[in-house]
Amino acid sequence: MNAPTLIADQGRTLGQNHPDSPLAISGLTVSYGEKPVLFSVDFVVPKGAMVAIVGPNGAGKSTLIKAALGIVPRIAGEVTVFGVPYEKARHRIAYVPQRASVDWDFPATVRDVVLMGLYREIGFLRFAGRRHREKALACLERVGMAAFADRQIGQLSGGQQQRVFLARALAQEADLYVMDEPFAGVDAATERAIIAVLKELNRAGKTIVCVHHDLATVPEYFDHVLLVNVRKIADGPVATTFTSQNLQATYGGRLAAAHVEEVAVVREAAGEGR
Amino acid sequence: MTAFLAALLLGAGYNTAVVTIGAAILGGSAGAIGTFILLRKRSLVSDAVSHGTLPGLALAFIVMAWLTGDGRDIVALMAGAALSATLGLLCVDWITRRTRLTEDAAIGAVLSVFFGFGIVLLTVIQSLQTGGQAGIAGYLLGSTAGMLRSEAETIAVAALLTGAVVFALRRPFTLVCFDEDYAATRGIDVRLTDLAMMGVLLAVTVIGLKVAGLVLIVALTIIPPVTARFWTDRPGRMVLIAAAFGAAAGYVGAAISASGRDLPTGAVIVLTASAFFALSLVLSPVRGLMSGLVTRLRFRRRVHERQGLLALARGEAIYDPLTIKVLRRAGHIRADGVATLKGRAAAAAAVREEALWALYRRLHPDEAAALDHQGLVPIDRALPPDVVADLSARLEPALTGAR
Repeated sequence: MNAPTLIADQGRTLGQNHPDSPLAISGLTVSYGEKPVLFSVDFVVPKGAMVAIVGPNGAGKSTLIKAALGIVPRIAGEVTVFGVPYEKARHRIAYVPQRASVDWDFPATVRDVVLMGLYREIGFLRFAGRRHREKALACLERVGMAAFADRQIGQLSGGQQQRVFLARALAQEADLYVMDEPFAGVDAATERAIIAVLKELNRAGKTIVCVHHDLATVPEYFDHVLLVNVRKIADGPVATTFTSQNLQATYGGRLAAAHVEEVAVVREAAGEGR
Repeated sequence: MTAFLAALLLGAGYNTAVVTIGAAILGGSAGAIGTFILLRKRSLVSDAVSHGTLPGLALAFIVMAWLTGDGRDIVALMAGAALSATLGLLCVDWITRRTRLTEDAAIGAVLSVFFGFGIVLLTVIQSLQTGGQAGIAGYLLGSTAGMLRSEAETIAVAALLTGAVVFALRRPFTLVCFDEDYAATRGIDVRLTDLAMMGVLLAVTVIGLKVAGLVLIVALTIIPPVTARFWTDRPGRMVLIAAAFGAAAGYVGAAISASGRDLPTGAVIVLTASAFFALSLVLSPVRGLMSGLVTRLRFRRRVHERQGLLALARGEAIYDPLTIKVLRRAGHIRADGVATLKGRAAAAAAVREEALWALYRRLHPDEAAALDHQGLVPIDRALPPDVVADLSARLEPALTGAR
């Protein structure tokens, strides 16, 4: 985890070391002012994985993906996407921001938002054609929102807004989906619908990375996990990495012990219910 | 009146025709870029830009008067105005980023300092021994009376160019206004896009100074977009409608001013734009006051229909006259109050709807609270099909065979 080796590992660059990884991060450091939000995080996402990024509030989970995608400036670190610098593989990534990050009173219909995912395909100056509108509708169909295509986005409920964001990402036909809290504040049916679409994408070979807040569903939804609290605590397959010991280290302190116990109870209860 | 009508119908000579058309194009461009500025929530910036032009305008006048004896060179004045407005914008940007002041405070400070300095320079101009001092006054409130043909043509062509730039950049503008983080991941340089947006706003302001005046041109970039928001829920259409309202305001304003009366163009343009706004406020089918009234009435009828149908299902007598009227008109009950076949079917459907909505409210209280008109629109129109299927499965396990 020491910075110098991150920049050149035995003379090779990060991309050469991980040519297949949809997202490889090394030494990623972000700070607001002098307070580091993320410090020297290394993380390599395996191809075809379903990854959960987990950590307490303010641990830098959202900042991690924002910095990896160039939305937030990083003060140190390197990021490669499919073995090349991020800028060259941008079109292979679909980013789904937090629902609360946009103004839903914006004058746009559901279809308009999904069409934003097709801007690259439509072209800079041309208008969206019938083919594009049909494709947008097909993406909405996959998330159960086809009947809502002409609604103003402000009329939707939280879960429906999240579905629209997912449809926009689907329209991009990316290979890596990076999602910020896709299950925050959505109803249970929407959560099931979203996870079904994500699993379907995953079966088709796509890689999914989600910032996730609900520890109880991590083992059920994901196969890979990154535990982060400013620094990386652990990463690896859920079965071996998502342990109460690592959770203790991530959430820290007595308060967290209670929280972790609670999670364990929830997991047991969920297991019994099935 | 006849002079005004002649100007309005482009019959007042070539000069006036060019001026009115130029003002219309300017209004269109201002409405278009103003829409994006409004959606970016930076409308106040246009105020800083317009007031920031005054010192540059006055300095350019003084310099030109000194060099050539007449300060009224439109290109030099525009260049001076653009330079000082840019300086003003940079000041706002610097204050916002380097101090703890917010953007609105920075705008207020810069705006008043620049405007005050400009007024001092105007006083200096009044004392100069040179011709054309009156010409500079027209830039404050706008004047198209006695505008030169070349001036009008310059304004028209420049305004057309800015309109074209807005059209070309509409995609990045829309994306950045809606969701700048997402825009960044699509390869759009947010800072550059914001800069372009400000650049076009600045260009439109400077071009329009002579027509609308620097005190009131800000109205051309704010009122038409706000008016357009009443008529559409789509970004592209909002830009077009704002451009149309802006063009109409510019056209009428310039025509009245050019008809020789002593009316400042800017004031007439603002009044025209405000009239459109007031009309839209009342008449808009989506967000207007009238539609609000209609919606409330319709909602009341829907409540009565639902209550009546539920009462029918329970076999209760209905006494409320409005409920009876609504049910009778929909053909749910006969004149004597007995439910028709259609009424009985509707009552059964209403009971089912009510049960589904009750279940939804119990399972997802937060989501349900966020929905408009919850429970009164057919549930399969309000919720995605998989949610409805899930609710039905819970409600009628025997029918659907689930669980």
